[in-house]
Amino acid sequence: MVDPSIVAASALHGLATGAVYALVALGLSLVYGVLHIVNFAHGSLLMLALYGVYFLHERLGLDPYLALPVLLPVAGLAGYALHRWVIAPAGGARDENVLLVTLGLALVLENLALVAFRSDTRTIETAYSFSMVALGPALLPLPKLVALLGSLVATLVLWAIVQKTDLGRAIRAVAREREAARLVGIDTRHAFALAFAIGTASSAVAACLLLPSYYVSPQVGHGFVLIAFTIVVLGGMGSFWGAFWGGLLIGVVESLGGLFLGESLGQIGIFAIFIAVLLFRPTGLLGRPL
Amino acid sequence: MTTGDRSVREGWRRRALLATAASGAGLLAAPAVLRAQPAAVKIGLLHPVTGFLAFSGQQCREGALLAIESINATGGIRALGGAKLEPVLGDAQSKPEIGAAEVEKMNESGVAAIVGAYSSAISLATTQSAARYGIPHIVDVGVSDQIVGRGLTNTFRFCPGYGVITEIAIANLVALNEAAGKPARSVMIVHEESLFGTGTAQLLQKELPTRGFEVLEVVKHANPTRDFTNIVLKMKSLDPDLVIPANYYNEYVLLARTMRQQGVRPKGIYSVLGGAASSFKFVAEFPDDAAYIMDCNHWYDPRKPAALELRRKVEAKGLYYTYEVFLAHEAVRLLADALERAGSANRERIVEALATSDWDGHFLPYGPTRFVNGQNQGARPLNTQVLGRNIEVIFPREFATAQPVFPMPRA
Repeated sequence: MVDPSIVAASALHGLATGAVYALVALGLSLVYGVLHIVNFAHGSLLMLALYGVYFLHERLGLDPYLALPVLLPVAGLAGYALHRWVIAPAGGARDENVLLVTLGLALVLENLALVAFRSDTRTIETAYSFSMVALGPALLPLPKLVALLGSLVATLVLWAIVQKTDLGRAIRAVAREREAARLVGIDTRHAFALAFAIGTASSAVAACLLLPSYYVSPQVGHGFVLIAFTIVVLGGMGSFWGAFWGGLLIGVVESLGGLFLGESLGQIGIFAIFIAVLLFRPTGLLGRPL
Repeated sequence: MTTGDRSVREGWRRRALLATAASGAGLLAAPAVLRAQPAAVKIGLLHPVTGFLAFSGQQCREGALLAIESINATGGIRALGGAKLEPVLGDAQSKPEIGAAEVEKMNESGVAAIVGAYSSAISLATTQSAARYGIPHIVDVGVSDQIVGRGLTNTFRFCPGYGVITEIAIANLVALNEAAGKPARSVMIVHEESLFGTGTAQLLQKELPTRGFEVLEVVKHANPTRDFTNIVLKMKSLDPDLVIPANYYNEYVLLARTMRQQGVRPKGIYSVLGGAASSFKFVAEFPDDAAYIMDCNHWYDPRKPAALELRRKVEAKGLYYTYEVFLAHEAVRLLADALERAGSANRERIVEALATSDWDGHFLPYGPTRFVNGQNQGARPLNTQVLGRNIEVIFPREFATAQPVFPMPRA
């Protein structure tokens, strides 16, 4: 019944959405891998970054993509400061406390945003918002294509940082064995905060790529954090490429689900896969066996 | 937000002025001043001015405030010794439960009546809350027929409900299609998820097959939706002759733009209460996407000078003359007329006056008001089409300002 070119277009579309999901999930996964906590404030930080992009565009006329060089260091520093001087001291030594602190932080940030920005849904209009790119038989909106490519580049950069730099090695060492890392001279508090900073910065990248084709409201983070959490579990907790492939898969499943089952039932596919993975492969698609 | 601040400021300024005038004149003749300044009548204006309905809610508020301004400027309520109307502003934040909470606040501040609340879902909640205190509530836009079908004696709706609108829309669609040689046979309905969209879609889905149309697909979407690609891709594969959208402004615009972007061009886009289809804002901002879209919606009688006068006034303020503006404007004037008839700001007296009202001083194509169970019987929509960067009335004949163009040109 449905034309294959339409299925292809929908899948491509889902791939673009999925790439951004993956980027958000990678930030969450990195923080989980190192700190062993689910950062509930991740969605709220994404929301703040989206507002950052929005106001840079509305007040200063800065293109959302050009906002990246401004927002990236700000988000990184904010993430660092947030972990070093708020989350870590408030959480103490126990992981459960840190978990609760991030949950509290999410509530505070979201309600502050409600007070400051009201509950309005805001969007921006750029010259290219409705430009289309023909990829074979399918038409993809330009912002979606940029989001797809941008997320892929950001993912590679993130992978390179974690795998190839001293910083990445320090973070991985801390993730693997906290005490031993400290004994060989790694400043663990610094490494934790850096991991959090990178996680926050990846949300800022996602925000810049998202806003031209999306909206911002104080509650916008909810949808993302739920999906990102699903992706992290699906891919295998803490697995880098697991989160990446999980993100793409979820994006495509959501899009095709929307096409065949209708917009309101589109997300059923995501959670059906999620439950199936939990049943048959509890460590996730690319997770290490327990 | 800004309107709220301004009206609060103006309220203060006016109060300060009154206080100064009263204290100055009071030295000379205090009783005369008291007679000359009857107590203002507080009117609750309750709209979703923030949240996803913010644009429409703000438009309603603007229209209502303009009406109050002009009533006050021309001598206030004569039957009450020239009493001025004092707006008490409320924000439902696009949520029914907040709307209901705002009614509580308005009750405490002593409003004589409430005009609101734009959306069906919010109006359903606010009329019910107002009923508890016997506050007369004029529904300015909310089209769900449940609003007036519950036996609430305080609730009055000036404009038509979706039952009547859908019925007229289908009759006019059939006439339009027959006049063009029946080019349209298949239909796809795209509607938003709340009371208004779902209710309208259900009525269409039931009625259209009996009039010779095949409903290929009915698609529901969330508010807000920032991506219509999937829905439009589905549209592309089904290739309906007609697309009928029933959604609010933002989603309507995005749907129309995505359709053009993906090269989907049905024989007609015919909306029932299309959120943007007969909006000057849409036509001004995206003329190419809006071209030839037809709508069956609230509209003013284009032959009445007062309607065109208000349009000039609204546009001079840098605003768009959308249906929200003129419906809320006329709803406030209906209330003012009821205050004149009642000769009192007492809630019960206002309800009685509204129930027996036969007001014909408005500029809507309704005829004199006659309320049965709270619904104005003469209320009806008009059919419009975006032609040459303007919105023209194409149906019914006695109001028409242009001939319909259907099917719409391909290029």
